Amino acid sequence: MTTTPTETAPATASPLRRLLPGAPAGRDPRGSTLLRHLAVAVFAGTLVVLVTNQLAPYQNLQVARVCAFLCVTAGHTVLVGLNGQLSLGHGALMATGAYTVALTQQALDERAVRGWWTLPASLLAGVAVTALGGLVVGLAAARLRGPYLAGVTLAVATLVPAVTTIFTGVFNGEQGLSFPAQTPPAALGAYFQPERWLAWIALAAALLTMLLLANLVRSRFGRSLVVVRDDEVAARLAGIPVARTQVLAFVVSAACAGLGGGVYAMLTATVAPGKFPLDLSLFLLMAIVIGGLGSLAGAVWGAVLLVALQDLPGLLTEHLSLSAGLAQRLEGNLALAVFGLVLIVVMLAAPGGLQGGVRALTARLRGAVRRRPATRRSPDR
Amino acid sequence: MERFWFLTFDGLAAGAVYAAFALALVLIWRAARVVNFAQGAMAVATAYVGYAVVSATGSYWLGLAAAILSGLALGALVERVLMRFAGPGGPLNQVIVALGLVLVIQAVLGMIFGNEYRPAPAPFDTDALTIAGVAALSPYDLWVLGAALTVVALLAVLFTRTPIGLRMRAAAFAPEVSRLLGVSVGRMLTLGWALAAAVGALAGMLVVPTGLGLHSHAMDLVFVIAFTAAVVGGLDSPVGAVVGGLLVGLILSYVTGYLGPDTTPLAVLVLLLAVLLVRPGGLFSAARARHV
Repeated sequence: MTTTPTETAPATASPLRRLLPGAPAGRDPRGSTLLRHLAVAVFAGTLVVLVTNQLAPYQNLQVARVCAFLCVTAGHTVLVGLNGQLSLGHGALMATGAYTVALTQQALDERAVRGWWTLPASLLAGVAVTALGGLVVGLAAARLRGPYLAGVTLAVATLVPAVTTIFTGVFNGEQGLSFPAQTPPAALGAYFQPERWLAWIALAAALLTMLLLANLVRSRFGRSLVVVRDDEVAARLAGIPVARTQVLAFVVSAACAGLGGGVYAMLTATVAPGKFPLDLSLFLLMAIVIGGLGSLAGAVWGAVLLVALQDLPGLLTEHLSLSAGLAQRLEGNLALAVFGLVLIVVMLAAPGGLQGGVRALTARLRGAVRRRPATRRSPDR
Repeated sequence: MERFWFLTFDGLAAGAVYAAFALALVLIWRAARVVNFAQGAMAVATAYVGYAVVSATGSYWLGLAAAILSGLALGALVERVLMRFAGPGGPLNQVIVALGLVLVIQAVLGMIFGNEYRPAPAPFDTDALTIAGVAALSPYDLWVLGAALTVVALLAVLFTRTPIGLRMRAAAFAPEVSRLLGVSVGRMLTLGWALAAAVGALAGMLVVPTGLGLHSHAMDLVFVIAFTAAVVGGLDSPVGAVVGGLLVGLILSYVTGYLGPDTTPLAVLVLLLAVLLVRPGGLFSAARARHV
């Protein structure tokens, strides 16, 4: 799961050559980027499917939650890390996707519309609505810089409970909505573990997101994202529409958050404002920073981290056999304090995050492997 | 009409707190070009200290002093230990470090004091006095209004009438030149953070009794509102922060009073977006050369 395509940077082709338009020499020597990413996605997908076959129901749900979060963190890291737009409102965007999926699923169920396609259709609706929300925020965001954008998106994140209570008729306030749970298709057998099926759906969504984003990041648009982040004037001089790039980055990121939120809602077949508090948006940011800003592989670390943050506290207090009062205080807070500290340390000392560390490690290993044969064959050169 | 007057007074009292809090944000913005996203969490931490002292000694005033002193210390500590090293990485890094600080402070407060709301008694009566048949301000509101405005006046005197204030302004305005002229810019920055955190601590002590009580998340929405107030007035303008705070307090009071309390966050967002899109520099921004 942790192998993602973005990290295999094609450093072999000279930068000058790659700038020349249409020259076949500028092609990546390892063939089509799409095919390479597809191969990695198929490999990672097969691996996870094989693993889920061995897991207990609860562990499969954990895998599914990682996949759901991965959709969000991948889109978020592209926006914050590659485009430099700090969004603190992705929790609210997740909620948008989740509520849209819940409402669509409810509506379809009431009209007795059933079929395999209802879930993809609802998820697609969730993505579309959230992308639209992202467009609205993004249009404002393109005019805002740094702390202003962070402040506005923070205000967006505080909206979720308010909106669900104002429009109680639609969103059912604090209670939230519930819709029929997904069941595995009959073709898989009567005794197929439902959690495994959920994990597979979430996996499909995560792989699709990662594949699309990996290609997007490698494309012309991906490069203009980075240019706009680093130097807006230079980008404008190079003919890149700065505002449009920023808005589009926000829309793409929001769409990913909508898909992730929809899948997240599907796992429990419920949505409630309590699931999307202000903290969630901060946690998402924390996850991508610790994972490694701007790196899709770092987004995978981040997604794992988010699930760990949800599940560690229970484990910890269970095994340490603390008094009830102390356990209740440590519950959630201990892991959060540790991760918060790690976030600060990462930001101050190791901006590459976990994935930066992994990259440095593999580079060193590769160097060691390469150096050995090189010294032996040095006379031939 | 009675309701209107009541909401007006109520909004002014709330606005005074927002003004003090926004002023804390503006202080740091002017000194270091950072919006301190940890301001709310820091204020809550100092309020916990304050109320710990209140319950230990029984004196609200000792608690208030303890909160303000711990604010001074916390602000200086945050600048010396964290922000000084986050600065070179750009404003994005500083915001992220501040958010990390929010998570740590809230988690540590939860670990020490638990996750439930703790009662935070007000030092004065919170029932509104009736003047000429209209329910107006409560004694506590008067205290809040007075305290906040006093702080604003004190800060104005500090910055415009004292040598240290002059040095602080110089260090923020032209760090290189000030350094050449013998101003310790780093120390002024630390002092700025300490002052801002102390003002934030005071605002925290003032606002906590009006809400549900003491909780690690008690200032989350207050921070967003204060940020809005600072943006409305212009992040660069202390006068703007005060006017913005009172204005936002009034607007939110009317919105909550006439449309219901759930609409507050929505109103905050609309207000924030409207100001940023129409007049990004805030109401009190000076005309400035356009950057490409």
